[in-house]
Parts: sequence; C-alpha cells; structure tokens
Amino acid sequence: MLPGDRSKYPRKQEELNLESGKYQKIWQGPQHPGVTGNMALELTVCGDEVVDCKTHVGYLHRGFEKLMERRKYIQCFPIVCRICVPEPDTNEYLFAAATEELAGLEIPEKAKWLRTLSLEMSRLASFIMWIGGQAGSFGMGTVGQWTMVHRDYILDLFEELTGGRVYHMYMLPGGVRDDLPDGFGGRLEEILQKTEKLLDDINKVLFNNSVFKKRAVNLGIITPEMVDKYGIVGPNTRAAGLKRDIRKDEPYLKYSELDFDVITASKSDAYNRALVRFRETWQSIDLIRQIMKAMPKSGEFYNRPPNVLHWKIPAGETYVKAEATRGEYGYYLVSDGSEYPRRINVRGPSYTHAIALLEKLIINTNIADVAGLMVSLHTCPPEIER
Amino acid sequence: MLKLIKRLQEKFNIEEVQQQKNNLTFVTLAAKDLVNFITHLKNIEDFTHLSFLTAVDRIEQDKFQLTYMLHNHKTNYNLAVKAFIERANPVVESIHHLWQQAATYQRELHEMFGIDFPGSPRLKEDFILEDWHDIPPMRRDFKTKEYSEKTYFPRPGRKTHDPEEYMKEKLYPEGDE
Repeated sequence: MLPGDRSKYPRKQEELNLESGKYQKIWQGPQHPGVTGNMALELTVCGDEVVDCKTHVGYLHRGFEKLMERRKYIQCFPIVCRICVPEPDTNEYLFAAATEELAGLEIPEKAKWLRTLSLEMSRLASFIMWIGGQAGSFGMGTVGQWTMVHRDYILDLFEELTGGRVYHMYMLPGGVRDDLPDGFGGRLEEILQKTEKLLDDINKVLFNNSVFKKRAVNLGIITPEMVDKYGIVGPNTRAAGLKRDIRKDEPYLKYSELDFDVITASKSDAYNRALVRFRETWQSIDLIRQIMKAMPKSGEFYNRPPNVLHWKIPAGETYVKAEATRGEYGYYLVSDGSEYPRRINVRGPSYTHAIALLEKLIINTNIADVAGLMVSLHTCPPEIER
Repeated sequence: MLKLIKRLQEKFNIEEVQQQKNNLTFVTLAAKDLVNFITHLKNIEDFTHLSFLTAVDRIEQDKFQLTYMLHNHKTNYNLAVKAFIERANPVVESIHHLWQQAATYQRELHEMFGIDFPGSPRLKEDFILEDWHDIPPMRRDFKTKEYSEKTYFPRPGRKTHDPEEYMKEKLYPEGDE
C-alpha cells in the first residue's frame, strides 16, 4: 500500500437509498436540445431538486490522440481542427505553434497577424453561438435563431478566407495557407456592423429580461476559492473577479500589440458569466477592427518547411496554450525525433468544467435549470474525449 | 526562475532540469517523491493551477512517463513535473486530494494506459470506453489496424487513395526528394 492511499478506509458517505421511493433517476442527454453536444448527465432527483449527478462522456470519442500517433505531422494538421466544432482555429493554431516550436521554424510577421485575425473571428463566432444557446436553454429560442444566422455570416467570411466554413485548415505549420482576398476588409466591416446591431438587440431582450434575470442570477455560483481547487479557467474565472486571461498574461501571436482589458465581474453566477461573455463579444469585434488596421498590407505569409513527407521533428516536448472562448486550451506535444509525433495531448477547458465542477454545482438546483447551468459553464464534450 | 529551481533542488532530489522556453521548464524526479514535490509546489511555491496530467508510453525503455503541468498565476510560469514508472507495474500515488479535477484525469489514464492510482475516486468506472476487453488502447503495443480490421468491415464500392502516394503527387509533382 502506498502512503496516502485511503482506499481501505473510505470516507463515510450518506448513501442515497434509491429503494425508498423518494428518489428518481433521470438521464439528461445525450440527445437533448438543452445539452451542449453529446454528453449525458445521470441525475438523481428528489421531487424536482437534483441531489446527485454523474457526467457521462464518450458518445463522441473518435480517438484523435491515438490517430495522430500513427500519422505524419502534415497529416495531423487537417485532423486537429475536427476536435472542436465551435472553435476549430484554436486547435489549428496550437498544433502549428507546437510543431514550429520543436522544429525551430519561424513564421513570417504577416502570418502572425492573419492567425490572430482568424483566432479572434472564431472567438466571435463561438461567443455568438453560445449566447443563443444560453438564451435557448432558458426558453428564449428566438435569440438562438438570430445568433445562428449571424454565426453563418461569419462562416461566410471564413469560407471566403479559407475555403472552409466550419473547419478551416488554415494555419499549417510554417504560416497560413493564403492571404486576405481582395475587398475582404470591407465585407468584414459590414458583418461586424450587423453583429453590433444584433448584440444591441440581445442586450434589450436578454439581459434586461426579467425571466432571464430571475432564473440566471444566483444560479451555479463559483466562489474565488473554488477556482484553483477545481481548475476553472476562462470567463468562468473572470466572472468571479480574477483577472486571468492568457492573451494578457502570456501573450502569443500579436496580442501584446493590441489594446484590450481583461473583463471581469464580481460574482460568478450564470448571469454574470453571460455578461462577461457578452462583453467579450464586444471586445472581440473591437479587436478584429484593431487587427485589420494594424495588419501589414503585403508580405510573406508562409515559411515553407522542408519536405513534409519526410519531415523529422527533433526530439523534445513542449506545451503551448491559448485563450479559447472557454478558457485555457493547450497542446502538449512530445516528439521522439521521428516523422510521427510520439504523443499529442489536448487539454480542453471543458474537461474540468463539465465533470468535476458541474457535478458539484448541480446539487440542489431545480431540474429545469440544469440545462441553463450547463450552458453557462460553456461545456463542449469533444474536447473532453478527443 | 533559476532561483526557484535552485530552491527546489536543495529540498528535493531532482534528476533532470530542462528549460524549454522562457516560461516553461520540465523537471524530472523519482516517482516516489512525486506527491511530496507537487504538494510543496502547490502550497509553498504558489503553483496552484493543475493544467493537465497525462502519460506518454516510452515502450522502448519499458516505462511510462507521467507529466503534471502546473501553473503559477502570480508569476505566469509553467512547471512540468515528469516521473517515470515501470510499465509492468504501473502504480502511482494519487493527487485527487490536491485538485478535484485530478480524479478525472486519473480515471482517464487508468482506462487508456492502465495506470493505477490507488484511492482515487471512481477510478475503475468506465470513462469513455464501454465494455472494453482489450489491452488499454493508448498503449503503444495496442495494434490499432488489427483491431479495426477485426471489429469493422469495409463498405463495398469505395475507392481509396494511398495517402502517401496521393500527397506525393499533389505536393511534390516534380519529384519527392
């Protein structure tokens, strides 16, 4: 027996007597509109109050990490974006950055700007989709319809820039695939103005809506003490008043040259988390404008790596991370000096939000608020299972 | 950060230090000191955030490498703690008492690599795989192709390219070398 092993002396826990007729087991998910992606919650309820919860994942497991161990680096590049639907660019950037770091490959200045633009656009699209999901989970489906349409406008821009709508495969090791098309800035500005109008409308119908306020205020409170204990990151942390943002703390790409503040609130409940994300959506629009203004008009955007079919990356390991809409997203890449990666580990923020944290916050909530609470943590199952 | 490493070296028997970039260092130490070391980092040196915990299969050395990525929010420094354990008897002390989310990582490692963390809650419950009877799938000696050929069958009438040949043609039409 190892020191510290307490398995022989289990903590006394009050067992729920499921035979007593007081409790009922209910599955929320995996196919339920309120569920964020394919994840299931096994709820034990007493009346309409949740007394116990277990998160079940695995419905979406495609074994990315194992797949990538058997593929060359260039073959991994179109796979990584598939890990996350709302925000594939973060995956592309992190995989490319980790590979470049181990290979000692520098990327041109213009490529850095284009990557920052792409990342920020995907953050915007992800936030907009999320607002719709949060409104929908509290019974306001109309907002969800609006936001899906507006996300599509941004996807149109992505299609123009990269050729792909949902998965872009834009940032490959060495830089990006293409420059901005002619007149892209004008069309981008048009969509940004449309989005601003949408956000104004959302402010009126959602954040000033008494139903939303009544249900979201004080739902699922995260105290600042819980943040480190549960490994909470991203807007969930910032809503609790902690100024933590990787774009500010460990700036990557061009974020150190952009002017923005870390947005915080004073109490992390569902309402304040929504507010923080809403304000970050505005911030995203502002950042995209700044990027378009500061980006050099011409220049190289791709630094060709050696023959990618025989590209051997020197042995080593590294960890790179970026701020996705949900928080710290990271890639841990281990190379053994061969043409194939030895191990790629994807660190997704939902890993802790959807399991350890959700199982704790959900206790004693009303069953009608479960979907709202889950969405307010912005969980995304694909990054748990990989 | 050299100061930090020096301080740690005075107290613990660190086998290897590798500075990867200006805010990331990898340190290796024996598996038996692991939990003491991590507890010290968390409580004394303010490495309060556990980014992730994962394993790498070093099959040629007959070892598993465990990597704990810790982060200090005050100095924005990342410290990765590495330890090697025997592949034949993969047992490590659990850290679920330090961070709540560690139990989930340990559950995954138990399922995917077959590493045991005695005392970790719900360790033996299925995490992603259901009814898995083969060896843990993330181990290097798990034969992916064999497994998929045994389990699945190809749909008739589909043509596939050999990816290597196809890439050669598309990327380097004038010749590969």
